Amino acid sequence: MFQRLPLEPSGSTVGISIDGRRVEARAGDTVAAAMLAAGVVRCRTTPVSGAPRAPYCMMGVCFDCLVTIDGVGSRQGCLVRVREGMRIEMQQGARELGK
Amino acid sequence: MSAVAIRDAYDVAVVGAGPAGLAAATVCAKAGLSTVLLDEQASAGGQIYRAITETPVREKPVLGESYWRGAALVEAFRSSGAEHVAGATVWSLTREREIGVSVGGGAQLTGARRVILCTGALERPFPIPGWTLPGVMTAGAAQILLKSAGLVASGRTVLAGCGPLLWLLAWQYLNAGANIDAILDTTAEENRTRALPHVPRFLLSGYFLEGLKLVRAVKREVRVISGVTALRAIGDTGVRSVAFRRHGDVEETRLADTLLLHQGVAPNVNLALSAGVEHRWDESQLCWAPVLDDEGNSSVEGIAVAGDGAGIAGAQAAEWRGRLAAIAAARALGFSVPAVEEARARRELKRCLRGRAFLDTLYRPAKSFRQPSGDTIVCRCEEVTARQITDTVALGCPGPNQMKAFLRCGMGLCQGRLCGLTVTELIAEGRGVPPQQVGYYRLRPPVKPITVAELAALPKTEAAVKAVVRI
Amino acid sequence: MSPARRDFDVAVIGGGLMGSAIAWGLANAGQRVAVLDEGDVAYRASRGNFALIWVHSKGLGMPRYSAWTMRSANAWATFADMLRQQTGIDVCFQRPGGFNLALTQREWEAREILLQRIQSQPGMQRFDFEMPDRGRVKQAIPQIGPEVVGASYSRYDGHCNSLKLLRALHAGMQQLGAMYLSEHRVNRIEYAAREFRLMTAQDEVRAARIVLAAGIDCARLGPMVGLVMPVRPQRGQLIVTERTAPFLHHPVQCVRQTDEGSVMIGDSQEEAGADPAVTSPVISVMADRAVRMFPQLGTLNVVRTWAALRVMTQDGFPIYDESETCPGAFSAACHSGVTLAAAHALILAPHIAAGCLPAEEFQAFSIKRFDVPALAA
Repeated sequence: MFQRLPLEPSGSTVGISIDGRRVEARAGDTVAAAMLAAGVVRCRTTPVSGAPRAPYCMMGVCFDCLVTIDGVGSRQGCLVRVREGMRIEMQQGARELGK
Repeated sequence: MSAVAIRDAYDVAVVGAGPAGLAAATVCAKAGLSTVLLDEQASAGGQIYRAITETPVREKPVLGESYWRGAALVEAFRSSGAEHVAGATVWSLTREREIGVSVGGGAQLTGARRVILCTGALERPFPIPGWTLPGVMTAGAAQILLKSAGLVASGRTVLAGCGPLLWLLAWQYLNAGANIDAILDTTAEENRTRALPHVPRFLLSGYFLEGLKLVRAVKREVRVISGVTALRAIGDTGVRSVAFRRHGDVEETRLADTLLLHQGVAPNVNLALSAGVEHRWDESQLCWAPVLDDEGNSSVEGIAVAGDGAGIAGAQAAEWRGRLAAIAAARALGFSVPAVEEARARRELKRCLRGRAFLDTLYRPAKSFRQPSGDTIVCRCEEVTARQITDTVALGCPGPNQMKAFLRCGMGLCQGRLCGLTVTELIAEGRGVPPQQVGYYRLRPPVKPITVAELAALPKTEAAVKAVVRI
Repeated sequence: MSPARRDFDVAVIGGGLMGSAIAWGLANAGQRVAVLDEGDVAYRASRGNFALIWVHSKGLGMPRYSAWTMRSANAWATFADMLRQQTGIDVCFQRPGGFNLALTQREWEAREILLQRIQSQPGMQRFDFEMPDRGRVKQAIPQIGPEVVGASYSRYDGHCNSLKLLRALHAGMQQLGAMYLSEHRVNRIEYAAREFRLMTAQDEVRAARIVLAAGIDCARLGPMVGLVMPVRPQRGQLIVTERTAPFLHHPVQCVRQTDEGSVMIGDSQEEAGADPAVTSPVISVMADRAVRMFPQLGTLNVVRTWAALRVMTQDGFPIYDESETCPGAFSAACHSGVTLAAAHALILAPHIAAGCLPAEEFQAFSIKRFDVPALAA
């Protein structure tokens, strides 16, 4: 659970969808930050045991924030910035070929 | 992503835009060398100065003076003439200094006469039961969310571990008005005694007053439970509570929505290791560090390492090390740098290193938090447990590479970054030999994953086609 | 460390797939076995193979090799069962039939000619193969790309998880009483009074018989016991992707999905000496061919690339022999440590345990087929 501090007033927002749910994200946020800000607790399940995972390091090294972005699987949510219209989906287990 | 087109060759390529990389690139470019700074993040600053040019945090004092120092560094870099390629993942580096870079989903190769690796540090693995649960993050991750997005944990928040960053984050959280339920301090009691001889030098380091002020401020407002010797994150689909034990006491439990873990940082060595740079086990910092001369030159001709990637010494030392490596690179390429600059850098670096022995000793993470047992996950990617590793040591498995082949630890997308130190230490412990003798994962490109299509688009040769296409 | 004397029936030099399979077979036959291995970082062809159990394109120039390969492939199911029952480790052996995809008409035609030549050799124990066209390949593997014109196919081909195989062999042979000695590189071998003494930096190991199964290091060790071994390293590079949901249910010569879901992309054959470096042009060609075979592979993340050194004999066929000057010293070298593991464990090892390699079975694999004096010079 994360909450936003009072920010610079100039900040703008972009519309994204997370598992089909429309969310306003702060422009400049990474996908992982936007998910946490939107109260999304899990971003994937592992291909090994199906255990749920969420962002852990936020700096691009742990690969636990993998999500499917605009149809492309296994993207590091903490390294990709949100864009207007971006579709983010939770990744369930192993990635599917062609996704 | 960056609009800058990467050229085929540079005089100097610097990898990583933290304090060391920014300083190194600035010196090189100002000396007249064609310089490129390749960095994975979208904006300069590294992790310590993360989002320094664009943080949405409105109140400057929240992040503290030590953070805002980074602004001047970026400013100097921007006016230096060095090229900055943001969003650039460096996925390979050869001994011949051919550099594989991926930007915006496209891989390419470039080269440089000198390479300065400023890849910084990673938070040390903190393998406790439940550390893979959603809601458990590193303290560094929480700090990145604060700096880059103005996000703080809400609900019940527990910090656990040891080290300067843990206290700094707590202090920043309090400045931001965020709630911390408790700090579970895992600093080993005996460390306090062992650190005493290093106090005098620490007093002279400049970190002393700053650190003391910060720890006191946090202790005034947050419940700090010290002497914690065991920790567990409990939950099913996410953390619900934290169980902990102090010495021989019974286990206590606290509810938690977020558990932030930290027990120090270790050099991010993957790229240097993959280039064949010799590393040695540093017993005082419990990590691998490159073997370097006093200019930062590694065992591979033309490749230097600066900043925390060269051994943990903090942001200010990183800056000076970056400058020293840059001065050496400039001179090696026939460009002159005034001797006074080098003398100053050496003097300042020495000052910055004064407090290190104290911090290393006081915050040396306890063995029980470095060498887990039982069903605790060691390799997060492949979900390999401590018991599996110790059982496989008993099979005669001598080191991390055979272990990787047998159990798949280190074979996941993180490429051993979150398990490597633990695996080395567990094997060393099991075999009764020093970590140096056990060694580390042998790393090969790509040191960060890139796609099959990106590899497929790289230049090919006739000889390569002949080596692959067979009837 | 003070030299400790250890006495064994057989000392196997090499703890890779070759040495481990033989050691497991010897221990199974009741021998007191020691395995002397190098440390964590060594050339280790066994950690860099493609894990195919491959029959259909092997043996041009030596029909006995083709027959030996088929025999091993046929023994694999029993072998895998024995390992699973003994160690609990499933080495994921499957024999669904293997494809070799052709990206041009010329490749496809050349492949058919090659396979026919193999089958038409005198002394060949013939077996069937097929040349399915694009449509038939697509029925078996729907994900193939538009450039695939056809394939060769053999129902005798399979694959396994070779890393699990190595672990199972290590676990299994130790359960059977074998002693595994890591960091025991053999510096010198002495032979006197029907006893071998193996000198290592750690200690000295004594055994009545020895097996040289040290891969390319056999070239160094062999002459110490009168076995000139014409083996050289041949580099092969590999690409491994992230885990992917199962989609490829047949082994394909250069693209294979492991039981864990990773996709392996191979491979190269390079004369590069003993340099196990990966090179980007070769990796690029391999990745390019893989994407042309399976376009959807393009978006998968590559977790690592790898290069390993094949143990290549002068003619590419295995060597199995016993020394004439130092009887009791056996040698075994080949580049098909996975395919032949079952034969090594279940056929070769019992003969070594019994003390001799029957000429009718093994003469073809003797080093006498090479011009040994010239090699020694």
